[in-house]
Amino acid sequence: MTAPAARGGLARPFLRLRLAGYAFFLPFFVVFLVVVVAPLAYAIYLSFFQTRMIGGTVFAGLANYTRVIGDALFGAGLLRVALFLAVQVPIMLLIALGCALAIDSGRLRWPSLFRISIFMPYAVPAVVAALMWGYMYGDQFGLVGQLSDALGVTAPDLLSRSWMLTSIGNMVTWEYVGYNMIILYAALRAVPEELYEAAEMDGAGAIRIAWSIKLPALRPALLVATIFSIIGSFQLFNEPNILQTLAPAVITTSYTPNMYAYNLAFNGQQINYSAAVAVVLGLVTVVVAYVVQIITARRENAL
Amino acid sequence: MTAVAQAGRSTRGRAAHRSLKRTRRGKSLSLTVIMLVMFAYAVLPLFWLLANASKTSGDLFSTFGLWFGGEFNLFANIDQTLSYNNGIFLRWFGNTVLYSVVGAGGAALLATVGGYALAKYDFPGRKLLFAMVLGGISIPGTALAVPTYLLFSQVGIVDTPWAVLIPALCSPFGLYLMRVYAADAVPDSILESARIDGAGELRIFRTIALRLLAPGFVTVLLFSLVATWNNYFLPLIVLNTPDWFPLTVGLNQWNAQANSGTSGAGDATYSLILTGSLLSIVPLIIAFLVLQRFWQSGLATGSVKQ
Repeated sequence: MTAPAARGGLARPFLRLRLAGYAFFLPFFVVFLVVVVAPLAYAIYLSFFQTRMIGGTVFAGLANYTRVIGDALFGAGLLRVALFLAVQVPIMLLIALGCALAIDSGRLRWPSLFRISIFMPYAVPAVVAALMWGYMYGDQFGLVGQLSDALGVTAPDLLSRSWMLTSIGNMVTWEYVGYNMIILYAALRAVPEELYEAAEMDGAGAIRIAWSIKLPALRPALLVATIFSIIGSFQLFNEPNILQTLAPAVITTSYTPNMYAYNLAFNGQQINYSAAVAVVLGLVTVVVAYVVQIITARRENAL
Repeated sequence: MTAVAQAGRSTRGRAAHRSLKRTRRGKSLSLTVIMLVMFAYAVLPLFWLLANASKTSGDLFSTFGLWFGGEFNLFANIDQTLSYNNGIFLRWFGNTVLYSVVGAGGAALLATVGGYALAKYDFPGRKLLFAMVLGGISIPGTALAVPTYLLFSQVGIVDTPWAVLIPALCSPFGLYLMRVYAADAVPDSILESARIDGAGELRIFRTIALRLLAPGFVTVLLFSLVATWNNYFLPLIVLNTPDWFPLTVGLNQWNAQANSGTSGAGDATYSLILTGSLLSIVPLIIAFLVLQRFWQSGLATGSVKQ
């Protein structure tokens, strides 16, 4: 990544080149400052203030943060998305991994048909996906009810309290399994053919090749997919927010931490506290993503 | 996010020759059957949408979901969707196109130029800036949405297209992808000889680098396009006037109407929502099908090259 001396073999520092580098980077950086850095800094700033009945907005130190930590609604939401993360993400990634291995194996008929069609839901907006699945789950013209009637069984109410998280998990899996499959598939395609030939010559079977060559080659891509899925899980908002209209009694305003932050700011007028919730949520996300990365790196070093 | 960077950096283009691979092995029937189940899982909901968007309101509630109703009512439904409420759906559609095309086009351009700068120019602070951008990837847009709203309301651009367009211009992941892509796609020797010939840096970028970066550019463009087209949280927060809504926010407003209103008005609205949903996903599906060569190769060389 570094090696400036080798880059173009420049012996002397060209001021002109430096300036050109800055100039090319500047437009992106300005937008980055406005869109990412400024809101982040502003959220942190806001989180240290409180609006009181008497005295207006005053500096509150860590008061908002101690309140977040003791907030049962926030805790319940965080626990819910953590459970979601622990169950949905492994299932989705395993299915994506299986699909990628199957398509790459060369033993599948019509591989490109499967590749394109399984990826297709990624192009569907989360809103449309949530509406669609919500209607299919629902009791008005729901597919689930029609199917169970036809089969003469009683289907569970998928929009009920005990099924809701599973139902959302199914939606998210449907939306993103193909995307993750494509990422893993692209990594598989980057494995040099000679490696397979050598393995086959050594008499390795398909399973052995998948285990000893393909899985190690997939590790970086799997890590990227895992980290994006962790971020996505903690930030869960669109699907539950849409389903709220269909199941208002089950999906409360604090169903996920992100919904809580949103409702605090826009329905509760508690902007400062909402900012603190957003900051804590961001911190939790970064810490979990970081820990997962460290564990993976350590396991790689151990091998 | 160091591992992400590592994932990108090592080996170069070795996916080269593997087209004729392992065809000598037989096809597996059981594998194909298992994948057909996955195919059904992915496609059946979309088929359900098509079938139900083609039904009359009456059939929607009385006929089986996974097949068409008694009469094929799709075109009448489209007609009704487009003209409902003085054609507000078309307005939303236009807004989504505006936000996506301008936002994603801008985002892809900024990411390409910025990624090229980080990959091909050596300037002090380069590594720090790149680390900052990598940090930016791990901060999800939704966490920034509420503070963005507050900032924008102070500047007075809430409830204008700018409030959706400006955030859409920033794609840290796109910049990361383009930085990795540019490192390989633009050889230093070409830049050197152009410089010796006396070409200016801007001219080198426009005439040489941009062409070499085109596949990466299309990948970033496509993924930014999806992100903006599908964006819901931010426009929900920063827009109040229905005239500026994108499709996603508009459709959910209809959904809220259908579920809250008295039952008679609701039933007809469901047809509108289903047809509107169908119309809103068609452009992206076509874009992905037409541009598949680009996004697949772009993804292979970019984020996940290992």
